[in-house]
Amino acid sequence: MSEETLQITLTVNGEQVTRMVPVRQHLVDFVRMDLGLTGSHLGCEHGVCGACSLRVDGQVVRGCLMLAVQAHGAEVVTIEGLTDTGEIADLQEAFVNRNALQCGFCTPGMLMTCAELLAQAKLMDRAEIRAFLSGNYCRCTGFHAIVDAVETTLRKRLQT
Amino acid sequence: MKAPKFSYVRADSVEQAIQLLALHGDEARILAGGQSLMPTLNMRLSQPRLLIDINRLDVLAGISLHGNRVRIGALTRHAVVASSPIIVEHLPLIAEAMPHVGHVAVRNRGTFGGSIALADPAAEMPACILALDATLVLQSTAGRREVRADDYFHGLYETAQWPNELLVEVLIPVQQSTSVSVFMELARRHGDFAIAGIALQLVVERDIVADARLVYFASEDKPTLAHGARATIVGHRIDEMIANAAASALENDLSPMTNPQASSKMRLHLQRVLTRRALALAADRVRRA
Repeated sequence: MSEETLQITLTVNGEQVTRMVPVRQHLVDFVRMDLGLTGSHLGCEHGVCGACSLRVDGQVVRGCLMLAVQAHGAEVVTIEGLTDTGEIADLQEAFVNRNALQCGFCTPGMLMTCAELLAQAKLMDRAEIRAFLSGNYCRCTGFHAIVDAVETTLRKRLQT
Repeated sequence: MKAPKFSYVRADSVEQAIQLLALHGDEARILAGGQSLMPTLNMRLSQPRLLIDINRLDVLAGISLHGNRVRIGALTRHAVVASSPIIVEHLPLIAEAMPHVGHVAVRNRGTFGGSIALADPAAEMPACILALDATLVLQSTAGRREVRADDYFHGLYETAQWPNELLVEVLIPVQQSTSVSVFMELARRHGDFAIAGIALQLVVERDIVADARLVYFASEDKPTLAHGARATIVGHRIDEMIANAAASALENDLSPMTNPQASSKMRLHLQRVLTRRALALAADRVRRA
């Protein structure tokens, strides 16, 4: 079977891009390989680890469980774009202060999911934060420091 | 791994999707939320020739109230179901089950109908719609037909749906003032597939159980309606003795599968534990009602 391709036009981090892509290419491979945005990582490639998390039309999704062709017409935000807008600058600072990362492989995906948690602007206890982050694996920190960083940022945001 | 090669069509209408299904049958797969299909493609467990992407078919999404039934479009995302006021008010069993469905990123993409049509024995929604005595609407080029949830689930990933049919919506009777529901599951990690689970729908009149549908999932090759357990509680007030009797009756109702996560014996034990807990909670809800 030959490789079928399709042209897609989408917005990535605010910029419109048009490319020919293989129909079987994952969205995360498209942003990494075709656009050079390698902040999104590829871990398990079957939707378990969360390292490839991306924001598509305002919602966090698995970049390995969505085809690039499915993002035609969509607004995609990667960790690079999210960092540039400053939306989670406070969270990123809290991650650094609390050592909420060691090897850093899971961190971009973790931040993408945390961004959605923070955007809900709803008070959550530690158990609820853990449940929200349950789809993102970290193999270094034991999650404690990550939950600390999220909790601190959430409380600060809700106070102001 | 990367998905194998396939052809891809972004369907513009339900008619186009079912015509493609009629043409390609078994060799085509419907791509809805993709949260189960994509992993099987990535692991090369399935190699369809054609993916029919139905994600643009807005007509298949949405939740609405029609008389005494709630209609949930097959393409409605789990996250939308979870936050729907109609679901919270009229289908509390589904509202209680939703937080257990996958993780946030999975609920944002995964669909109500996709989970049902896949018929994974450990999935929450098939168990819920069976407990709620729902009706599924299937469409093909031959027209529409309705199948009751009781007749829909046939076995491991097997349903009454033909390869040329598309699940378009699910119709679910609304909760009555006499209804009491409970959903519980046990999983090793939040959002993982359950290793035991129960979806319970009772009709309670003047403290006496008038009818009951106890559905067990993550046990057999499909969600199981427990008739023996039902017989032990109907006509009685729910108390510890009745809950123990229902738990004992499971021996004849359930023959759980063994897999690396849990043995058959362990699952049966866990389902009994859940039965007692769920009935205790149901009794509590009856008292508060």
